[in-house]
Amino acid sequence: MLRVENLSTGYNSIRVLKQISLTVSEGEIVTLIGSNGVGKTTTLRTISGLLRPTEGSIHFCNKDISHVPPHKIVELGISHVPEGRNIFPRLSVRENLEIGAYTRKDRLEIKKDFKKVMEIFPQLAKRQKQTAGTLSGGEQQMLAIGRALMSRPRLLLLDEPSMGLAPLVVLGIFEIIKEVNRQGTTILLVEQNAQIALRTAHRGYVMETGRIILDDSAEALLQNDQVRKAYLGE
Amino acid sequence: MFVQQLINGIILGSTYALIALGYTMVYGIIELINFAHGEIYMFGAFTGMILMTRFNLPFPAALLLAMVTAALMGVTVEYVAYRPLRRSPRLAALISAIGASIFLQNLALLLWGSRPQNFPSPFKIKVYQSSFFSISQLEIIILVISFLLMVGLSFFIKNTRTGKAMRATAQDRDTASLMGININRIITITFAIGSALGAAAGVLVGIYFRTVNPMMGVMPGLKGFVAAVLGGIGSIPGAMLGGLLLGIAEVAGVAYISSQYRDAIAFAILIIVLLFKPSGLVGLPDQEKV
Amino acid sequence: MNVYYLQLLILIGINIIMASSLNLVIGYTGQLSLGHAAFMSLGAYTSALATLRLGLPFGAALLIGAVVAALFGIVIGLPTLQLKGDYLAIATLGFGEIVRIVFLNLDITGGAVGLRGIPKETDFLWVICLVLITGFALNRIIHSRVGRALLAIREDETAAESMGINSTYYKTLCFGVGAFFAGIGGGLFAHWFRYIHPNTFGFLNSIEYLCMVVLGGLGNMWGAVIGAGLLTIIPELLRQIADLRLLIYGIVLIIMMRVRPQGILGQSQGKSTHTLSRYYKQILGKIKNR
Repeated sequence: MLRVENLSTGYNSIRVLKQISLTVSEGEIVTLIGSNGVGKTTTLRTISGLLRPTEGSIHFCNKDISHVPPHKIVELGISHVPEGRNIFPRLSVRENLEIGAYTRKDRLEIKKDFKKVMEIFPQLAKRQKQTAGTLSGGEQQMLAIGRALMSRPRLLLLDEPSMGLAPLVVLGIFEIIKEVNRQGTTILLVEQNAQIALRTAHRGYVMETGRIILDDSAEALLQNDQVRKAYLGE
Repeated sequence: MFVQQLINGIILGSTYALIALGYTMVYGIIELINFAHGEIYMFGAFTGMILMTRFNLPFPAALLLAMVTAALMGVTVEYVAYRPLRRSPRLAALISAIGASIFLQNLALLLWGSRPQNFPSPFKIKVYQSSFFSISQLEIIILVISFLLMVGLSFFIKNTRTGKAMRATAQDRDTASLMGININRIITITFAIGSALGAAAGVLVGIYFRTVNPMMGVMPGLKGFVAAVLGGIGSIPGAMLGGLLLGIAEVAGVAYISSQYRDAIAFAILIIVLLFKPSGLVGLPDQEKV
Repeated sequence: MNVYYLQLLILIGINIIMASSLNLVIGYTGQLSLGHAAFMSLGAYTSALATLRLGLPFGAALLIGAVVAALFGIVIGLPTLQLKGDYLAIATLGFGEIVRIVFLNLDITGGAVGLRGIPKETDFLWVICLVLITGFALNRIIHSRVGRALLAIREDETAAESMGINSTYYKTLCFGVGAFFAGIGGGLFAHWFRYIHPNTFGFLNSIEYLCMVVLGGLGNMWGAVIGAGLLTIIPELLRQIADLRLLIYGIVLIIMMRVRPQGILGQSQGKSTHTLSRYYKQILGKIKNR
């Protein structure tokens, strides 16, 4: 579904990604783990069009999207939940979700999806009219995911959904991620919390300073000595 | 006397509010002081005047066409002078804006000369008197038009899909583009609406004072910006409130202090607001990021 | 020497003083000031009144004018320099307008008629000496410990403060020094043309000095000299097409920002931030070690 080949990206003249390649197949949860600052977020930002690659290509459903602007990429079916959630703090919860469905015109279907999101996140249903900035961190993360789902993505890019959340809240969020995947959305998940990411995902990639150094099934990575030492703290 | 001053202040203030909206909307989205906005206002006034005198158009048609012309002009200015500098340092964009302002001012001087020109009044001078105050038909029409425009804008921003996209873009541009919002399109729409409102203010001031000249945009332009800062830059209700308050303060200042310092009042208010509450009256919390 | 060329040379000299003192504020400290002409007017009016009314010698009058301008710079700078970026720009713009309007209404300054009959004291020697003194003084400041602190503030104010640099003190100091030399420029101007009017020192004049600095290259001493020279000579060359002069000026500003926003002598952006930030880390280290 998603095929990234020899992708390099940089800010000014500093190269952040050095020829990384990865694939995500339909129905999978794939995770990209690694420590802070190795280029995980940059990878997602390049896929969703916020950054332009300097070399390499990104194919989504056999279409080259490496130079498509971000708003067009959403229309193709990729939705990106950015790091730090980035909900619109001065819009209401409902308006945030409406903006999530910005590219769509099918009003009836949007209403259905709205209901569905409310079912997945009952906490948000109670707070529809509240401005999003007043939500707790966990609720904001839910809203960010719900907002991304409103565009009916085929591929969901999640950037550090566990960031800054209490452990119990993190567990809840990851249960929801699994559920969303079961309902048919493919997921590319970037995480620093390797433990929970590998327990959620089917496959994983390990990143170090702009390069992918390992890729395997999630179970295999959980058993891998290198991964256990560096990322699982064992 | 007091009620009369209040009414005069509100009339003046409603035109400041219309100008302030253009500044605040543009600043909210691209964080740029659109220095050419005062010139858009001036061109709006001239367009309205020319359409009414040379083409004998009725007032509503002239107003509407002037707004459309100014919208096209604002969009062009953005496209030529601001868009190429979107990723440049702020100072470069600001100077480009100043360049656009100087250019438009001198274009008007070239086209129409520096002498003030008459703006025909489309309405009969009919004055309504009461024991507290008097108000002319013209003044009522100016008030009604500016309030209709402000209500219309508020409705648009609050309820329509594009309005919501504008608010989202102002809050977080990158994330808005991840929602499928075409940022360039939103910026274009913002300039179009802001410029149209500025032109409406120009035409209303034109029929009120019955005169237009190429330099007429300078002071109202600066004061419109003061009104936007007073209300809280980036905030649409703030711009409306700021405009009205500035108009009232100015009229009161002229009535009770001195007419010579009329223009200084606005700037004194500006500095006081900046020093004590830079986020403005209904401003958003401090946005300066470390 | 031909009177015309003499006048041109004297204007260039005054503009060099104005541009290089503004360059200290904007280019070396990163504080965008849109009110530089106001400090010039303070110097011009004070020194003119000193020679005209008090009969003081020219040198003393110049000094008094510069000191008054500097005092205003400090009094204005102390509170407003807390403001960031655009807000500071607007506050200085507001201050400049207030100064202009006050001069327009004071009796002692001749009000809207302007101040006439100022003795002709400025000559080529005075100008060349003061240009050299200004250049020398600014150069000394920039290459002193103060200059390094200013540079650190420009690059990252928060980091500079955390290193123990009192940014308010340095910013105000530099604002005062900038105003001091603007005051000298004003004094020379008044005693050459023998007539001054508040509108000679308006917002557009402040913008003109800003353009000189930006055209030459921000944060480059020779840049300010070249910018002042070019923007004094070019309008003279365009005198035949006087109507188009400012029109072209506006276009040049826009194109300049697109093509070479760092100015004629400025370094390209990527390079300058890179070397500067390295340089400034060393500086911060040194300051910390003291």
